[in-house]
Amino acid sequence: MTSPLEQKKIRLAGPSVVTANRTWDGIVIYRTARQDWSAKLSDAAVVRTSDEARALLAESVADDVGAVGAYVAPVELNDSGNIKPGNLRERIRLHGVTIDLPVPA
Amino acid sequence: MYAYDELDRTIINERVDEFRDQVKRRLSGELTEDEFKMLRLQNGVYLQLHAYMLRVAIPYGTLSSAQLRQLAHVARRYDRGYGHFTTRQNIQYNWIKLAELPDALADLAEVGIHAMQTSGNNTRNVTSDQWAGVAPGEIEDPRIWSELLRQYTTLHPEFSFLPRKFKFAITASAHDRAAIKIHDIGLRLHKNAEGETGFEVLVGGGLGRTPFIAKTIKPFVHGHDLLSYVEAILRVYNQYGRRDNIYKARIKILVHELGIEKFAQEVEQEWLQMRDSALTLDDAVIEDIRSRFTYPAYQRLPHMPEELKKAAHDPHFEAWRKNSVALHKVQGYAIVTLSLKPVGGPPGDATADQMDAIADLADKYSFGEIRVGHEQNLALPHVARRDLPALWKALDKLGLATPNVNLVSDIIACPGLDYCSLANARSIPIAQELTRRFANHATADLIGRLHINISGCINACGHHHVGHIGILGVEKNGEEFYQITIGGRADENAELGTLIGPAVPYADVADVVEDIVEAYLALRARPDELFIDTVKRLGVEPFRERVYATR
Repeated sequence: MTSPLEQKKIRLAGPSVVTANRTWDGIVIYRTARQDWSAKLSDAAVVRTSDEARALLAESVADDVGAVGAYVAPVELNDSGNIKPGNLRERIRLHGVTIDLPVPA
Repeated sequence: MYAYDELDRTIINERVDEFRDQVKRRLSGELTEDEFKMLRLQNGVYLQLHAYMLRVAIPYGTLSSAQLRQLAHVARRYDRGYGHFTTRQNIQYNWIKLAELPDALADLAEVGIHAMQTSGNNTRNVTSDQWAGVAPGEIEDPRIWSELLRQYTTLHPEFSFLPRKFKFAITASAHDRAAIKIHDIGLRLHKNAEGETGFEVLVGGGLGRTPFIAKTIKPFVHGHDLLSYVEAILRVYNQYGRRDNIYKARIKILVHELGIEKFAQEVEQEWLQMRDSALTLDDAVIEDIRSRFTYPAYQRLPHMPEELKKAAHDPHFEAWRKNSVALHKVQGYAIVTLSLKPVGGPPGDATADQMDAIADLADKYSFGEIRVGHEQNLALPHVARRDLPALWKALDKLGLATPNVNLVSDIIACPGLDYCSLANARSIPIAQELTRRFANHATADLIGRLHINISGCINACGHHHVGHIGILGVEKNGEEFYQITIGGRADENAELGTLIGPAVPYADVADVVEDIVEAYLALRARPDELFIDTVKRLGVEPFRERVYATR
C-alpha cells in the first residue's frame, strides 16, 4: 500500500484505473472512458499498458477544477469483467473505513 | 482560561474571510490545485483517502465549554457527528467538504478557535501539559509562556516558510506530560540558583523517519529572553535547514549533522546580535498575558469528603478513581481524565453528543473548562472531590469512564490507512483488537502502567517510537505488516524503543503484544516494577526470545 503520492513512474502490474478526489467535496471518483468522472468504480476506464495509463492520467490531471490528486491505481477484473480494487488502500477508498464509525452513517 | 482580545478576534475573522475567497477562487478554477494546496494547508486542510480533513488547533490543550460545544456543532453540521483528538492537542474532522469549510471556520471563529498553522512548513500549535495550572508542584502555569509563543509565532512572516514544520512543547512540572523531548523545541520551566524563572531549552527532538530525542542547547534562558532565544534558533534553522530533501529538512537533522555544540554556537552568535532588542520581554508584557488567564474561585474543601468515603465502597468507582483522578494543587479538588479509549472503540474519537455532554459536565463540575492531552484523552481540570461520585456516574453513562487511563488499553493511535493518504497500514483496528484482549480490568490493573503507541506509517503520528510498546505499520508485498519496538518512553526520561525482530503480519499483532506482556509478568522483579523498568533492566532479548520462539 505504498502511498501513490510517492508514485513517480507509471509501471503497470496489471489492469489499472485513474482515481482522484472530487474537488468540491473530496469524495473518491474514477475517470471514465467518456472523459468525465464517476463515483462508481464500475464506470471507470480500465487501462492495461503504461502508454494508456499515461494518456488517461494526463487527461485526468488536465481537469484541475473537477478533481484533485489523480493517480493510477491497480484493479482486478473477474471473469465477468467486473472491476474490483487491486489493493487494500483502494478497497478502503471504495468501500470506506474498515471499522464502525463512532456515529453510524 | 485565556481571554482573547480584539486583535485576536480580528486576525481569526480576517483569516476566515481570506480563506473563503481562496476557496471560492479554487472552486471556480481561478486557482489551480498547485496554487491552492499551500493555502489550504496553512489553514489546516488536508486531502485524505475519502475526503478533506480539517485539523483545528486547541492551543496548549485548553478549551472552554462554549468552545467544545462549537466543536460538537461543527462535527454535527459539517462532518459525520464526531471528531478525532490528536497527539498534538488538535481535533480533526475527517469528512468535511471543501465548499463548506469557510462556513465551518466562521462558526469556529465565533468562539475564538481556528485552524491556522495546523499544517504547512510553519510553527504549529504550541502544546503543553494538559494539567497546566492545576498540577501540584508546578513552577508556574506554562500556558502563560505557551500563549506568548502562540502570539509571537502566529503569522510570523519570517517563519511562515520554514524548511519544514516546527513544533513547540512546554512543561513546568518535573514529570513531563507534554513530551517535550520529541519536539523541535522543548521548553522546561524551572528556577535557577537565584530563584529566577526560566527555561531549559531542548532542541532537535522528533519522530518520523529519523527519530531523535531532543538535546539541551541551553540549561537556563531567563523568561525575559525567551522570544529572542527562540528566534535565534529559528533563524539558524531557517538559514541552514535543508530545503532540497523533505526527509532531511527538520531541525533534528540539522542539529544531528552539525552536532549540538556547533549548533549551539551558531545560535549563541545569532542571539548575541538580538538579545537586547524589541524581543526582550519586560515584566509588563508577561503580566499582561498572565492577567488574561482567569482561574476558578476555589472553595476551601476537605480532601476526603463524605461523598468520596461512601463511594469508595464501590469497586467500580474505585477502579475508575485510581486511574482517572489525579491530585490537584488546591486541596479538595481533583483533575479528572476522561478516557476516549473505550473497549473496541477508535482511540481519541468523541461524538458530537459526547462533546456536548462533556461541555455540560464541565459547566457543572469544572468551572466550564476542559483540557486535551497528547495521549488523546480529555480532562476536567477543576473538579471538587465531593463531586467525583456524581461525575463518575454521569461519565459512565456517556461511555467516558473506562477505568484504563495509563493502562495497557489506553492506546495512542493515528488514523492509519482507514483515513490517511500517507499510511501504509491500519492502526485503529489493531488498537481496537488490543483493547478487547485487555478488556478485563483486573488483568490490566495487574499489568500496571503500560503505553502502547501505534502508527500506520513511518511519519509516526501515533508516536510509536516512544511507546513502551511501539507498533509501526509497514507494507510488504501489498500486505500489512507491523514492526514492534519496546522500551520507548516520552516523559522526562524519554527514549526511543528498540526493534525486537522482523515485522509480523496484521493477524499476529495482538498475539505478539500478549506474548510481550506475558513475558513481562513472568520477568518483572516485583509486582510494582513497571513494564518500562523491566525492559530497561533486562533489555529486549528475553522479549525477543518469547515472541519469536514459536514464529
